[in-house]
Amino acid sequence: MSTPTSNNTRIDKKPIQIQVNGVMQQRHVEPRTSLVDFLRDELGLTGTHVGCEHGVCGACTVMLNDEPVRSCCMFAVQADDMRVTTVEGLAPERGVMTKIQDAFCEKHALQCGYCTPGMLMACHALVAHTPHPTEDQVRDAISSNICRCTGYQQIVDAVMYATQVEKK
Amino acid sequence: MNKAPFRFIGKHRRAVEHKRFVVGKGRYAADIQLPGMLHIALVASPYASAKIKNIDASETLAMPGVHAVLTGEELCRHIDAMLPGVDAPQVTRYPLAFDVTRYAGEWVAAVVADSRALAEDAAELVNVDYEQLPCVVDPQEALKPNATLVHPAHGTNVIFHRKFVWGPVEEDFAKCDHQLSYQVSWARNATVPIETFAVACQWNDSTGILDVWASIQMPKFPDQVAKALRLPGNAVRVHFDVDVGGSYGVKRGLKHSVLVGYLAKKLGRPVRLVEDRLENMRGGDMQGPDRVFDVTLGFQKNGEIKSMKMRAVDDIGAYSGRSPLQLGKPVGAIVGPYRILSVEYDAMAVMTHKTPQEAVRGFGQAPTNYALETGIDKVARFLNMDRIALRRVNLIGKDEFPYLIPSGTHYDSGDYDTVMTKALNTAAFEDLLKERDHLRSQGQLAGIGISTCLEPSGGNSSFEPLFNPKNQTTTWMDSCLVRVDLSGAITALMGTSTSGQAHETMVSTVVGEVLQKEPDGIRVLHADSLNALPSNSPVGSRMAIMLGGAAAGAAKKIKQKLLTIAAHNLGVTAEDLVYEDGHVQATNNPSQKMSWDALVEIAHRHFHKLPEGMEPGLQEKFVWEVPTGGMLPTEDGRVQMYPCHSFESHVVLASIDPETFKVSIRKYVCGHDCGVMISPDVVHGMTYGGIAHGLGAALMEKFAFSPEGQLLSGTFMDYLLPSSAEVPAITIVDHCTPSPLTEFGQKGSGEAGYLGSPAAIASAVNDALSTQGAKIDHLPMTPQAIWTALNVARSAQA
Ligand code: FES
Ligand code: FES
Repeated sequence: MSTPTSNNTRIDKKPIQIQVNGVMQQRHVEPRTSLVDFLRDELGLTGTHVGCEHGVCGACTVMLNDEPVRSCCMFAVQADDMRVTTVEGLAPERGVMTKIQDAFCEKHALQCGYCTPGMLMACHALVAHTPHPTEDQVRDAISSNICRCTGYQQIVDAVMYATQVEKK
Repeated sequence: MNKAPFRFIGKHRRAVEHKRFVVGKGRYAADIQLPGMLHIALVASPYASAKIKNIDASETLAMPGVHAVLTGEELCRHIDAMLPGVDAPQVTRYPLAFDVTRYAGEWVAAVVADSRALAEDAAELVNVDYEQLPCVVDPQEALKPNATLVHPAHGTNVIFHRKFVWGPVEEDFAKCDHQLSYQVSWARNATVPIETFAVACQWNDSTGILDVWASIQMPKFPDQVAKALRLPGNAVRVHFDVDVGGSYGVKRGLKHSVLVGYLAKKLGRPVRLVEDRLENMRGGDMQGPDRVFDVTLGFQKNGEIKSMKMRAVDDIGAYSGRSPLQLGKPVGAIVGPYRILSVEYDAMAVMTHKTPQEAVRGFGQAPTNYALETGIDKVARFLNMDRIALRRVNLIGKDEFPYLIPSGTHYDSGDYDTVMTKALNTAAFEDLLKERDHLRSQGQLAGIGISTCLEPSGGNSSFEPLFNPKNQTTTWMDSCLVRVDLSGAITALMGTSTSGQAHETMVSTVVGEVLQKEPDGIRVLHADSLNALPSNSPVGSRMAIMLGGAAAGAAKKIKQKLLTIAAHNLGVTAEDLVYEDGHVQATNNPSQKMSWDALVEIAHRHFHKLPEGMEPGLQEKFVWEVPTGGMLPTEDGRVQMYPCHSFESHVVLASIDPETFKVSIRKYVCGHDCGVMISPDVVHGMTYGGIAHGLGAALMEKFAFSPEGQLLSGTFMDYLLPSSAEVPAITIVDHCTPSPLTEFGQKGSGEAGYLGSPAAIASAVNDALSTQGAKIDHLPMTPQAIWTALNVARSAQA
């Protein structure tokens, strides 16, 4: 699926290579293309969502070299030579879910699912540093992302569930 | 049926929808990519009111990659106007402004280009010559006799006004010991889903079909798109299997879809429009009720409230879709859960030069609940009576159902006192009081908030004929088709989209319950509008009731057919048989039996074994009308509004930071009774979310406008949505009073939480402020509002 960009566009494209979900992607992009548009339009990875395009809602969160970032607030060219993980690449293989993804299902931590990819990124980033967070730590971590459906309660429950199971 | 123990209903079960979302495989309208797809950017009016003198698009059209620039002038010639939900034929509306603009942000032209980025570049080059005109932004100004008119042809800014009197209001007031008047206001906020509105359309010249993928929840959307585009209904195919990223009422997008549909047809290419956040917030008709209430309550010394006069003035903005009708739903629960004997309700919708309103969660009920609950607290304070005791005096008793309220609606069932008591007990109310007083003793402002409120559910159409006598709609059905295929697998089909309410889970649970089959094996599909069954969408908390009822009805027909086939083949009557797990056997001779597989085989392949006259195959549909629906209002505006009435009671402890005046919620308990819960996790989820949403309305969210009509909060930096830092841990206490009107005793719950939490949080803030002699009667209670209220109180005391 290629971007519907005009052949006549006068803006020069820049070559970039980004490792996305373990696969090296080499493309030519306009410097003004945001990372989220690159992922969605150029690579067809539509799991990453756009909610506000000004850095507040967190729907577009991806991992950049293992750190959560707003992919709406950076350009694809800035991610040149870096590693990006999107929601499609969270689980180690197809048909498998991470513990947190599984806990989201078990605890009903989503409704419309629109904030969910970004929310999962925030939760995974937390657990990477803090494998057994307290409820307050979870609330603190996900305060970066807005969910309009869940009131956050079941998201907190899910992360607690996923990380407590690990303890046993 | 209500007493039967359920096998799947009410049990924890993973929602079938979740898996695709957590792995990033949801499919939302913005994910639709079609070969050769073009993209739209919009040119928006910078003025709240202006004449469009000229639009020069020559520079834009000369840009490579630009395919079209559409103006209102062209569009209006080729489509039909969208009309308001009330009888005001001069208040017409088109997707693009024509001749004049009526709010800042109104779309003036649409630019179509190869990519969205290019379309945005090109849109900047469209040269619009405006002549700025006077505008009216304040609804009180708009009501004055010489006010600037938003729609001069309509002759007034009032688009709807009706005063209802139900019962002997004046006599009741005359008999009361006291009366108390107050004004409260509810600020313009909205549901603000994280997904903006998106729509993709593709026209096919050879089939003559317009395919539409849109993030909608609107009833009758395909019909309305077709009408506006002057197409027959069967030329528009709306794909209901698109995932919708939240709606809570606002995902309507008629104007967006008509615009994109028109362009797709005109250009012969697929076209997509995805609103950006600013378009969504100022131009997308996504803002909600904006009301001032003047209320007078008449009551006795002992706290019994006898009568109420309520005037509600709603600023609906520049155009009207369904917005005035949001004054209508509250008619169905105008007295809330209280035994108020007579009511005068003066409802007025006024137009101003602002972004138009759209339907928002609760359809006007949340502001009305807030207005009423504020009054209950005020009466308690006036009488120096405990707020809870006062509520107990007035709550309708559990043995009084079905209870007829003055405006003509019967409440189906309930046990309000018990639910409130459960919430108070769970909150450990005595301890909560101690905690509040401890906080106070430390110099903090702290307060406890209480609310009790009704949630009418099961979306009925009655507000339409009530507010527009020319509209005689009394049918608001929903339907489901259940099919058992050759292999014996079960599939159900619904005719609507989902925006997070887990309808697939609900339908498979219900069908599984009736057919006694594991729900996880039942597949549920969303039809498209050309092969769908009639539906009125999830609006009005109706899916558990209506779609649930329809799914059960269709499954019961399948079960009956299996019994009939078995009876025919076993040589007995169907009454002699029992159905268990899909197998059928004779009641008093268990060896006489037929398996599910055998029955399915007969239905699909052994015509010779079917009873005479029976259709082969196993496919049944059931169309269900809203129970208690189907009636026109009486002349004095009495109406059976919604069939089912859920109830909630909130208890909140809040404190106010003495330096920043930010409110923190320290404890939150919600007692909730929505009858039998089909999927408890889903119901709880919606309630948590509704409470968070209400917290936003109470403390943070407001679409503010400058006196020139400029939106001052058009980003998430200035329109504040609650995050997990503001939303506290919430405890929900369930109670179950089954509805006598529904299949399993279920009631609706999609609006739960939101209907009662603003009132409860406001009550807590006012309890905190009361120690300083201060109060706030408008939402949101922002830090600034609190600071102002405290200063006003201090200077009054000085
Ligand atoms: S879309 Fe990036 S933060 Fe909202
Ligand atoms: S699940 Fe809908 S926004 Fe979070």
